[in-house]
Amino acid sequence: MDWIEFPSLSRGNLLTIKKTIDGSFKEFTRAYGDLIDKFFDPLQDFLVLLERLLITSPWPLVLAFFAGIVFLMSRKVSITVGTVIALALIGVFGLWEDTMRTIAMVTVCTLLAIVLGIPIGIFMARSDRVQRLVNPVLDLMQTMPSFVYLIPVVMIFGIGKVPGLIAVVIYAIPPMIRLTNLGIRLVDQDVLEAADAFGSSGSQKLMNVQLPLALPTIMAGINQCIMMSLSMVVVASMIGVKGLGQEVLNAINNQYLTAGVLSGLAIVSIAIIFDRATQAYGKRLQKHSEVVHG
Amino acid sequence: MGEATGIEIKNLYKIFGPNGKEMVQKVKDGMSKAELNEKFNHVLGLNDINISMPGGKIEVVMGLSGSGKSTLIRHINRLIDPTDGEVLYGSEDVCKMTQKELREFRRHKTAMVFQKFALLPHRTVMKNTVYGLEIQGVPMKEAENRAARWIARVGLEGFEDHYPNQLSGGMQQRVGLARALTNDADILLMDEAFSALDPLIRMDMQTVLLDLQEELHKTIVFITHDLDEALRLGDKIAILRDGAVIQQGTGQEIVLRPADQYIADFVKEVNRGRVILVDTVMDKTRTVKEGGLTISSGIMLEEAAKTFAETGLGEASVVNGDGRPVGVLNVQDTISAMVTPATL
Repeated sequence: MDWIEFPSLSRGNLLTIKKTIDGSFKEFTRAYGDLIDKFFDPLQDFLVLLERLLITSPWPLVLAFFAGIVFLMSRKVSITVGTVIALALIGVFGLWEDTMRTIAMVTVCTLLAIVLGIPIGIFMARSDRVQRLVNPVLDLMQTMPSFVYLIPVVMIFGIGKVPGLIAVVIYAIPPMIRLTNLGIRLVDQDVLEAADAFGSSGSQKLMNVQLPLALPTIMAGINQCIMMSLSMVVVASMIGVKGLGQEVLNAINNQYLTAGVLSGLAIVSIAIIFDRATQAYGKRLQKHSEVVHG
Repeated sequence: MGEATGIEIKNLYKIFGPNGKEMVQKVKDGMSKAELNEKFNHVLGLNDINISMPGGKIEVVMGLSGSGKSTLIRHINRLIDPTDGEVLYGSEDVCKMTQKELREFRRHKTAMVFQKFALLPHRTVMKNTVYGLEIQGVPMKEAENRAARWIARVGLEGFEDHYPNQLSGGMQQRVGLARALTNDADILLMDEAFSALDPLIRMDMQTVLLDLQEELHKTIVFITHDLDEALRLGDKIAILRDGAVIQQGTGQEIVLRPADQYIADFVKEVNRGRVILVDTVMDKTRTVKEGGLTISSGIMLEEAAKTFAETGLGEASVVNGDGRPVGVLNVQDTISAMVTPATL
């Protein structure tokens, strides 16, 4: 009854395959690791700068800055007041510095995801072939357990901010790309035809019609992207990203219930602030569609 | 502005499907739309269209849904590529233009008004109206000055900063019209432009268009499924059915001499008094001397009937533009021509 056994590779063969791939990747890392590392230096510098700015500036200034940004985006007093209270409480419980690190990290990750994600989304929307190619990659990025792609990232960059950044961006960029693509594809065909009829070039159509009309969907993508970055910074703490995630990790390792809950709540508060502010902003962008002829 | 250039459509075919080009010969050899669909799974959109659209006039293309009229108008600015044939504007063949030439042609020579308005919802009335000039690269200040004139001309003064969905359908289509007119193009393409509007607003917009045409003399191609609209607007009418032109001519010609039973059924319910000219009904064999009632040549029977009713007279002298008598019209003939199918 030999045939009932699954014809798997023999232990020896499997080992050879693993060894070969691991070996060649290690060689690749040794040869090019530094170069790739250098390439990401500006990003790290920017992240460090932002972090230092948030931590070393006097806290009232930072608090006022955040309140100002939230108000400018949402134009709502309630959300602004909520922001101030949440941040003040975070400070009271001694999580200010970690929170600032996390905010800096999420900000840089989100910016990177936007800068990379929107153009990819636009390419996807313009060509069905690109969409067919990119979609499975996005599926992979969203379902592959993050710990798995942390391995090669850590092998190349070691432990620290940049690998964390890359891991977070990989995790958070798919909704950005997907929703940009979807938003552009959902733009009314009649309006596009009108733009064509008036002789718009491809880029004029993109800037005047497609992007503005896709903006609400793109804003939803940015919102999702921020939320996913926030949840990923906790995982990224395992590869040396400092901030609230590290506090959580610490609490798990040492069974510090209160510390864990407090850090967790701090992450939730930031998430809510970001979410409400970006959603309110997205809604304001659509004000033209709210006023309806009666 | 000089006389607008006309459009000449010659042997135009459009066959939808992957091998449209190869199907043209089959259609030329007489294959029907149904047969083509059944045997080769290709849809015959337009079948050997030949229309000469005079410059500075309103050409109406009429047909029911599925007749190919919207496909036809989209060939004039090549939003749809033809399978075979020519669309001539002056000596240029629109079908042979490169992408760049085509873009220039669309920017400067044509403007289009759409059935569903197709305004940019995120832009105000003013920003919608300048759209054509904006993509031509006209400086914003100049563009807004030119647009403001047309916004006022279509009766939307004061609404410049409104968004499209703050306006009623009729007002939205006025924006569509202003946007097209601001382009200052020779050709105005109107794809069922008034079909989505309710009857009163539609009449109103027709009047706006006729008033504008009186001063602008553009080459207007107007698509409609409404015979009354076609007869009211069209200097010339082409009737489309299953992708082929089955009759073209003036409104009067179509009402008085329908080419087949299909058109005859169509024109049965038409108000003849508004279509038939007094010249058609009058007695050309005699004229009456000076004095008595006169009506001018080229007016419709309904107007003549009104004159008869107001004066109570039974006979009138029909005079041409110079005031010379060209015939005699009596009230009997007028009424009978209005109520019964007359012939030329």
